[in-house]
Amino acid sequence: MSAVRVNAKIIRQEPIASDIYSMEISVPVIADQAKPGQFVTLYSKDGARLMPRPISICEINVAAGTLHLVYRVVGAGTREFAALQSGDWITVMGPLGNGFTIRDKKAILIGGGIGIPPMLALTAGLACEKTVVLGFRDEIFLAEAFEPYGDVYIASEDGGHGVKGNVLDAVREYGVTGEVIYACGPMPMLRAVKAYAMEHGIEAQLSLEERMACGVGACLGCVCETKDRDAHSNVHNKRICKDGPVFFAEEVELS
Amino acid sequence: MNMAVELCGVEFKNPVTVASGTFGSGEEYGEFIDLNRLGAVTTKGVANVPWQGNPTPRIAETWGGMLNAIGLQNPGMDVFCQRDIPFLKQYDTKIIVNVCGKQIADYVQVVERLAAEPVDLLEINVSCPNVKEGGIAFGQNPKALEEITQAVKAVAGQPVIMKLSPNVTDITEMARAAEAGGADGLSLINTVTGMKIDIKKRAFVLANKTGGLSGPCIKPLAVRMVYQVAQAVKLPIIGMGGITCAEDALEFMMAGATMVAVGSASFYDPLASVKVIEGIERFMREQGLTDIRDIIGCVE
Repeated sequence: MSAVRVNAKIIRQEPIASDIYSMEISVPVIADQAKPGQFVTLYSKDGARLMPRPISICEINVAAGTLHLVYRVVGAGTREFAALQSGDWITVMGPLGNGFTIRDKKAILIGGGIGIPPMLALTAGLACEKTVVLGFRDEIFLAEAFEPYGDVYIASEDGGHGVKGNVLDAVREYGVTGEVIYACGPMPMLRAVKAYAMEHGIEAQLSLEERMACGVGACLGCVCETKDRDAHSNVHNKRICKDGPVFFAEEVELS
Repeated sequence: MNMAVELCGVEFKNPVTVASGTFGSGEEYGEFIDLNRLGAVTTKGVANVPWQGNPTPRIAETWGGMLNAIGLQNPGMDVFCQRDIPFLKQYDTKIIVNVCGKQIADYVQVVERLAAEPVDLLEINVSCPNVKEGGIAFGQNPKALEEITQAVKAVAGQPVIMKLSPNVTDITEMARAAEAGGADGLSLINTVTGMKIDIKKRAFVLANKTGGLSGPCIKPLAVRMVYQVAQAVKLPIIGMGGITCAEDALEFMMAGATMVAVGSASFYDPLASVKVIEGIERFMREQGLTDIRDIIGCVE
């Protein structure tokens, strides 16, 4: 099996916070193969918008053949997606990227902002002991979906929910421990998580984000700098869409 | 019904290739399409040594197109010859290798190395707008273009196509310079230098500030330039710039292109290049055309 580009039917869609939408699509051929940490690309129906929109996979339901996607409206393309309703069709390609490497070790799952959705598929896929730490600017979303899977701690920048501060403030405040960290979120958060993991000598897997053109590893638009010379590129760059989006903290330079 | 064309003495099963830089060396798109369907695969530019490319963001969407400023990141000719050429040789498609460099000596080194390799055509990139040295520096000065064409031709083991930049006042002057330098063919157009500004951040969207504009928004410009060049020189042309469907490809061919390349359309749909081939076949059936060569340069 491999990635495919198909039309998927929208099962349901609703806003779950300001500019944050939750969409469930029926796409068995992708749901069958998808792994936590992988993503799909969605396509606009407007010929003036040619770039694929990469969206992380929030939940995978193999039995139902569906994917749950949660995304933020950031421009005209995602605004178009947000207007779609159940019964409508959308073109989707996937699954793309590598996904998380599942470890059978006590885990800390850290999600920040629109980096939270992929952590839900991961927490559902991890059988081991785990703690979830979620960071928000102010308004919270999706947090209750994590509760069946383990302890959930929240940080918010305005202090309206959980600890006032960032995800690492919550980790310290609640004494969260683990042997492996999985994280997805904005670059400053990932930088801090990397530093924390290095300091504590634990493995961290970081899911990165970048503007993409092809989404399949051909155009070299979405690279990130790597510590070592990469075998494919033969320079210090890996492709976020193909070699990632998940990288081990020590292999990438987060500038 | 004949779809085959001949360009620079090489026979292609159909007139459709992909534009350099949009398709890697084909491996990634091989997951989505049968590479055997393509007339040729045109590889991403390769230099004598590995290039790191530009910082990110390298990509920005614009209305009806996109800007890119990859900066010709490539693994260098050694890895390319060991890995990418053998990969492409597994397929029944021609191989067009795009060559980039900073100095004439860099281009010459790559072209010399490729002379012994099983590639069919060389496309010399003298038109990349995203690198500080080389690239477009050769593509905007007729004298420099003629000189590099001669230097490359002197050592080439394959026919040489010069890829022209649209970022010039008179593209026919550049086409004549390449012809005078001994080029066997031309490909056009490379991307058009553009810029996008994030008004909330009051900053350039691309780390490189400027990027190369591609996509359907540049197609009329590209068709016009192909037509002008076809009138000005005798060299065969690979036409490109915003082709998304067979109708677009046919415009280029009627304007004078012997072959066409599908570029950023592959980003929207990995099947775009194959759909263009199928669409040309459908057009020929509908129009009762028996030979695709009959439409090349047919507009008066």
